[in-house]
Amino acid sequence: MILFQADDISVRFGGIRAVDSVSFDVHHGEVFAIIGPNGAGKTTIFNLISRIYTSTSGRLLFEGQEFTHTPPNKIAGMGIARTFQNIELFPNATLLQNLLIGRHCHSTVGFLPQMAFLPSVRRAELHHREKVEDVIAFLGLQRYRDSLIANLPYGVRKVVELGRALCTEPKLLLLDEPSSGLNVEETEGMGFWIEDIKKDLGITVIMVEHDMSLVNQVSDRVMALNYGKVLAMGSPSEVQSHPEVIKAYLGGDLEDAA
Amino acid sequence: MRHFFRTDYRQDLSLYRSNSERVWYAILAVLLLAGPQILGEFYVGELGGLFIFAIAGVALMLLVGYTGLISLGHAAFLGIGAYVNAVLLKQGVPFLITLPVAGLFTALCGAAIGRPTLRMSGLYLAIATLAFGSIVGTVFQKWESVTGGFDGFAVPTPYIFGIAIDNTTGIYYTSLAVLVFVLWVSANLLRSPIGRAMVAIRDSEVSAQSMGINLARYKTLAFAISAGMTGLAGALFAHYVRFLAPDAFDVLLSVQFITIVFVGGLGSLRGAILGAAFVRLLPQFIAIVRDELPFGIGRLPGLEPSLFGLVLVLVILFQPGGLNGMWLKSKAWFQEFPFKRQTSYRRQKSYAKSERLR
Amino acid sequence: MEDAARILQLVVNGAAAGCIYGLIALGFVLIYKATEMVNFAQGDIMMLGGFVAFSLIAQWGLPYWLGALLAIVITAAFGYLLDAFVLRRVIGQPQFAVVMLTLGLGFIFRAVAGITWGYDSVGFNTPFTNRTINVGGLILGADNLSIIVGTVLLCLVLYVFFSKTRLGVAMQAASQNQLAAYYMGIPVRRIFSLIWAISAGVACLAGILLSPVSMIDVNMGSLAIKSFAAAVIGGFGSIPGCLVGGVLVGIVEQFAGYKLPAGFQEVTSNVVLLLMLIVRPQGLFAERMGKRV
Repeated sequence: MILFQADDISVRFGGIRAVDSVSFDVHHGEVFAIIGPNGAGKTTIFNLISRIYTSTSGRLLFEGQEFTHTPPNKIAGMGIARTFQNIELFPNATLLQNLLIGRHCHSTVGFLPQMAFLPSVRRAELHHREKVEDVIAFLGLQRYRDSLIANLPYGVRKVVELGRALCTEPKLLLLDEPSSGLNVEETEGMGFWIEDIKKDLGITVIMVEHDMSLVNQVSDRVMALNYGKVLAMGSPSEVQSHPEVIKAYLGGDLEDAA
Repeated sequence: MRHFFRTDYRQDLSLYRSNSERVWYAILAVLLLAGPQILGEFYVGELGGLFIFAIAGVALMLLVGYTGLISLGHAAFLGIGAYVNAVLLKQGVPFLITLPVAGLFTALCGAAIGRPTLRMSGLYLAIATLAFGSIVGTVFQKWESVTGGFDGFAVPTPYIFGIAIDNTTGIYYTSLAVLVFVLWVSANLLRSPIGRAMVAIRDSEVSAQSMGINLARYKTLAFAISAGMTGLAGALFAHYVRFLAPDAFDVLLSVQFITIVFVGGLGSLRGAILGAAFVRLLPQFIAIVRDELPFGIGRLPGLEPSLFGLVLVLVILFQPGGLNGMWLKSKAWFQEFPFKRQTSYRRQKSYAKSERLR
Repeated sequence: MEDAARILQLVVNGAAAGCIYGLIALGFVLIYKATEMVNFAQGDIMMLGGFVAFSLIAQWGLPYWLGALLAIVITAAFGYLLDAFVLRRVIGQPQFAVVMLTLGLGFIFRAVAGITWGYDSVGFNTPFTNRTINVGGLILGADNLSIIVGTVLLCLVLYVFFSKTRLGVAMQAASQNQLAAYYMGIPVRRIFSLIWAISAGVACLAGILLSPVSMIDVNMGSLAIKSFAAAVIGGFGSIPGCLVGGVLVGIVEQFAGYKLPAGFQEVTSNVVLLLMLIVRPQGLFAERMGKRV
């Protein structure tokens, strides 16, 4: 069953076609990887899905509903969450506060009750705290709960970024280079978490990745991009042995250039 | 670092971090309530003024320190609150109504300036609020039918339940009550989703949006709340000075407010109060040592703004954490004694992070 | 015919005032483009430069051109030292910390000027004071014309400097990408101090050009807020942009003073500024930039 569909989306920056008529769909419960050389447009696709950029053509559909022109702050409420390549956490807040901000899209209390911190607000806060603690337990972040993000090492911050996305209780999770900056062990750990997210939490994952071992470990289907265009789509082994994909990463033969 | 042992999430939500904190605050409350009985009239009057500036300080701290939106025109909101209050009182409206109305009206003005400035970042917002403050100051001068222009506006006496409160004791208790209210509301907001949204906006707007935070709504809300609280302070200010002149609400006053926030320490409510105390004490201090200063500096005009300038410069260069930072450092020193480490207090070297691309 | 003369007078006055706004805005923009700091004390540096020129020319009797040049050099050196000893320390702090720092510095400059030179307005003799020039039947003040001509010349010099000389190109590089500039062997911190020096020198020139029109006094720097309007219109990015913005503000102000009731002239620049920031914050010239995440 199709959860998400991108239908002929494009975007340009000046003269450059960062994303050029890309179409793909993602099925419920699968892990879908997007690979390609740097500058291929992978993060740009995520930015299109998060509605940070607006597509100049085509449609975006989630659970059958079109959201091509939805404002960016409504995306989390729809059930789509994302992490950022360069970690966009809130450095001057504690880990707990960062995760609690992830619960924002589920906040139902009005402005005046919050000013007076009425019992309804208190109850909502306790409820959100419990949900956040579930995520903390899932990711093993207990000892960093009250640390300021600015004081945490990079590897931990990557996990917090993931945790914050999980706190929004998403149906679709966009992971932007989850293994960048992580060593081999940490990358394997990330792989296990992605599997747990898929199997235990039932969340569908779209992942931009460079690390092929991680891609092979967790993904069900892969899409390869270059210069904003789709090169190949299929199972990990199919895509990685596709001649166009190999050419994009390694360059073509001298004969081809003639 | 003192660590608190928690057994319940409710403890984390509470306004007090420990039972000993409750005791300290209770003692403070008793002392403050007994203030006018113990202290002489001069000090009571000064404390009243301090409370009013503290209210404005807390208001601006919410906007600048917590939401990251800088305003160099907050004196305008003080003025709007003052004039609305005075004008309504003159029409015979009771004080218990003019006070909240002044606050609400000023909050609306805050929303009105907050909305168009939504997409402006630090620098442009500072300039826009500077221009706004200037324009409002001119409106105060020109709208003579309402404000009396340069002739001034004598503020009528306010009564609460028949008691005139524009004497020093009345102002002391009324301002204290409003300050406690404002602090309570601020603390509530900071432990609620709104407070977290404000901090998120300050630290990363893009990220805040992907978490579902509507930037427009929360920025406007922050402006409105900040302006509203400043409006309340303005209403009280009108009775503190008793006579409103339009040039009281100028850039220098806005800079004093910003000094409160900076010297106090960005991002802390306690800092707002410490900053207000500092800013109120400085003129007194100058007045006392004026004659002792060498080269006749004390007798020169323009000494006060220049000292404010000097303080701002020194704080930003050497103690960017402000008074609150110093308070926390000394508390930590006492708690860790004798294990103080040299590097605990050294500032981290940081590199310029481009704010053109927030 | 009289109306046309009146209008031309307003335009010339406005353009002259606008050139001053543009020069101060230029100082802002130079520093902002390089270091992302805004120098809220720019107007006060103009004031200090004007006073230094006053001391050299009126008090110590130096000839005008020598005194002016020396004043510019001294003010430029002051700008360099200001950056080297004060502003460099706040690299890395959030932008509004720098805003407040420069605001504070402005207050200090005003106090120092008041102590050194007193609080009265002063002036000095220039070749342009009280002279008029006959242009096709219209009498125009030489002082206003000198401002316009001086500004245009300065902008040409700066344009050539930035685009053709090595130092100028290095400055552009340092302002666009600090790290890359370091890798190219450009001494970035010294360059920034030089940029501050140029800014200060430009401010001093503005003060000297302004002195025949309005005397030098401690509060001269309050013009700076009008230059914000100029800088914003120019998009805070380009030299010609500042000038165009400044002249626009200057002319609009003159017409406002002519057409609107008294007292509204002073608020005009603020209203223009606010409108510009709301409607088209990127100015008339610059493009918008967004963050890549």
